[in-house]
Formats: sequence, C-alpha cells, structure tokens
Amino acid sequence: MDWTWFHRFGSPPHFYRIAGKLIPWFAWLAALTGVAGLIGGLILAPPDYQQGEGYRIIYVHVPAAVLSTMAYAVMATAAGVGLIWRMNVAHAVAASCAAIGASFTFLALVTGSLWGRPMWGTYWQWDPRLTSELVMLFLYLGYMGLRGAIDDTARADRASAVLALVGVINLPIIHYSVDWWNSLHQGHTLLKFSKPSMPPSMLVPLLLLMLGFVLYFAAIVLVRSRGEVLRRERNARWIAELLGAPS
Amino acid sequence: MSPGKAGWRLVQRDLRLGLRRPGEWLQPLVFFLVVTTLFPLATSPELSRLRDMAPGALWVAALLSSLLALELLFREDGQDGTLEQLAVSGLPLPWLLLAKTCVHWLLTGLPLVLAGPLVATALGAPYASIPGVFAALLLGSGALSLIGAVGAALTLGLRRGGVLLALLVLPLAVPVLIFGARATSLAIAQDPMTAPMYLLGAIAVLSATLAPLAAAAAVRISLE
Repeated sequence: MDWTWFHRFGSPPHFYRIAGKLIPWFAWLAALTGVAGLIGGLILAPPDYQQGEGYRIIYVHVPAAVLSTMAYAVMATAAGVGLIWRMNVAHAVAASCAAIGASFTFLALVTGSLWGRPMWGTYWQWDPRLTSELVMLFLYLGYMGLRGAIDDTARADRASAVLALVGVINLPIIHYSVDWWNSLHQGHTLLKFSKPSMPPSMLVPLLLLMLGFVLYFAAIVLVRSRGEVLRRERNARWIAELLGAPS
Repeated sequence: MSPGKAGWRLVQRDLRLGLRRPGEWLQPLVFFLVVTTLFPLATSPELSRLRDMAPGALWVAALLSSLLALELLFREDGQDGTLEQLAVSGLPLPWLLLAKTCVHWLLTGLPLVLAGPLVATALGAPYASIPGVFAALLLGSGALSLIGAVGAALTLGLRRGGVLLALLVLPLAVPVLIFGARATSLAIAQDPMTAPMYLLGAIAVLSATLAPLAAAAAVRISLE
C-alpha cells in the first residue's frame, strides 16, 4: 500500500492548505444539518407523551454527550499517531481536540442537569452516565493541565499523548465501574422511561443534529489545528511565503 | 547483568535508602490516620453511623495518602540522575520501574494495608471483617501505586507537579475506589465479597502489566 498520502498529510504546509479547504465544507454542512435538525426537533417533532416539551433538550444533550466521547477518541488517536510516527501535525490536532472535547463534556453535563430538574426533580442525580461524564471532564482537565504545565512543546506533546492513551484504556473501565457502582446502590427508579423506540419524527432531527455536531466539531478542530500549526511553525519559511513576506 | 538480577538489586537499593529515612515513608501513614480521625470528628461519634461511612472514609483516605506518597516515588532519582542511568542502562526500563514501584508500595502502601483493619474497627467494623478489609486494601493499594507511577512519571520534574499529579491520577483511580469501597462495605456487612474482589484483582493485574510500560514511556519523555 502506498503511504505517501499519509506522510504528506503530516507535512505542516500541506495540512494547513488542505484543512483550509475543508473547513468551509464542514462548516456549511454543519450549519445546514444543524438548522434542519433544530427546526425538526424544536418545531416539527411532537411533544413527548410523558415528558411534554421538556424532552427537547435531548437535541442538544445527546449530540453533546456523543461528541464528548468522540472528541476523546479523536484526541487519543491523533496523540497515538503523533507518538508513533512523531508527527507534529497529529500532536497539533490532539492539542486542539482537548479544549473542544472538554467544552462538549461541560455542555452535556449542564444540559443533563437542566433536563434532570423537571424530570427527576433535582439538578444533580448520581446517575452513572452523568457521573462518568463528570469523570471524563476531569480527564480532559488533567490532559489540558499537563499540557499547560510543560513549557517545551515537544515534551508536552509526547507526555500528554501518553496520558491520552492511558485514559483511553481507562475510560471503558471507569464507565463500567461507575455503572456497576450505581446499579448496586439503587435501581433506575426515576430514570426508568425505558427508552421507547423513538418515532421517526423525533429520531430524524436527533440524528441530523448529531451529524451537525460532528461536522461542526470537524470544522472547529481544523480551525484550531491550523492555528496550532501556525504557532508551532511560526519561524518556518513556508509561512513567510504564504503571507507574501519578503524573505 | 540480567534483568532479574538488576531488578533485585534495585529493590535492595531502594529498600535500603527508604528504610534509612523512616520519616518519609511514615508520613503517608500518619496522614492516613489523621484523615480517618477527621471523619468521626466531622460527622458523629456514633459507631452505627460511622460503620456506614467506614468504607468510604477508609478508601478516600487511602487514595489521598497514596497520592501524597507518589511524589517520593521518582523525585529524588529524577533529580540526581539515577533514573537517567536506569534509562540508558540497556535494561528493560518498564521492569526496573516495576521494581521501584514495588518497593514504593512496600514502604508506603503496605503500612496502610496493615493499618486499614485497625482504622476500620475503630470506625465500627466488626472484628470478623478484618480479613476482608485487609484483602481489599492489599489489592487496591497495589493498583493505586501502579496507576500513580504513571502520573508520577508524567509530572517528573515539573514545577507545579503536586496538584497536577492529583488531577491526573484521581480520575484514573476511580474504578479502584469504587470496587475497593464496595468490597470493604460487603466485608463489613459480612456478605460474600467475591465479585468486587475479582474486579479489583483484575484491575491490579491489568495495571501491573500496562502501567510500567506507560510509566517507562513517560520517564523517557521526561528525561528528553
């Protein structure tokens, strides 16, 4: 198999150019699917027979929760690629995923707790999913803290990559242990609206919004990664050429 | 020198160095005792109520004091260049770090394991629960030392290492805390505690296998 595309993608100028071309695509598609999903979810979809209008927060909550996991997966994959092939661009991508993933995790927590208020009667329930989401937020904060604590970029990249990979092994264990922890404490008494398979009028907007969030994530990661690449390569010739500065 | 022999020598050296400074490795133990004393003071001296809290108090205190002890693990050897020598010695670094972590556990983890049942009975646990509490702490503290070694290696030589180390290690230690506390509360209730013990054992074995590899990678990165 020919791997030149892979190594070419790892060259900062090439990445910078391709990312610049991809961003508008992702961003516009994200805007389209997002608006369509919101119209479908907030206006067209019928109110839930049990939860009334309150359930509509699902259209932000679930995509945010999905993204919080996905961002970690992307971050860890990029970190692994950077660690194995010593690819600076991959480290830049991993670095830019962390803050976005943490924001999505935070969003999922906030919307989850706002949803909990009318449904469970409390803002915070030690529900296994919410709890593992909270632990996930701490993992992101640790990753960002480690990155911030190391001044040398190369060392910060590699150390935080090791942490991201350790986290990936740990995440499923944390997830299941938290599940197990709560299922022993108490059954799902309040949560038990055992997901009735959603009617398409509710499900389609949700899927659209998930897609929209993913595309939005892709666009933002690329924007941030471009910035990160510029910062890292600030002394490189290609940037001067790109900006048309006299060399 | 064969890796086995080198590991053994390292164990001897670290043990000797550690035993010469009892103040250092006794501190986490004292911390553990102080924290567990704070729980009754902060809540109520009633043994029946303390008994419900005992597993939680025990494990949170054990987790925090093992965290406190982690700074001792690599700091000195990182500063005086010993770790660098180990890294360039041509011997498998994960193996050597595993040996170091074992000694660290012997000096800081084992005292907690021995003091744990005492603290548990002081918090109202029945005498019959002592073996269970002991076994849970034995497996759990080993896993905590191993997971902590990764964090200690990652924050090696950083200025703001202390709080950062806590931020890195505590989320990773969540499963140990859950299963450890669960096993302990089952032991106190005198129920069979096989399920959480198996899981605790699985975590201990998994961390004994993978944590030294991650710690070695982290040490090499820190030394670059």
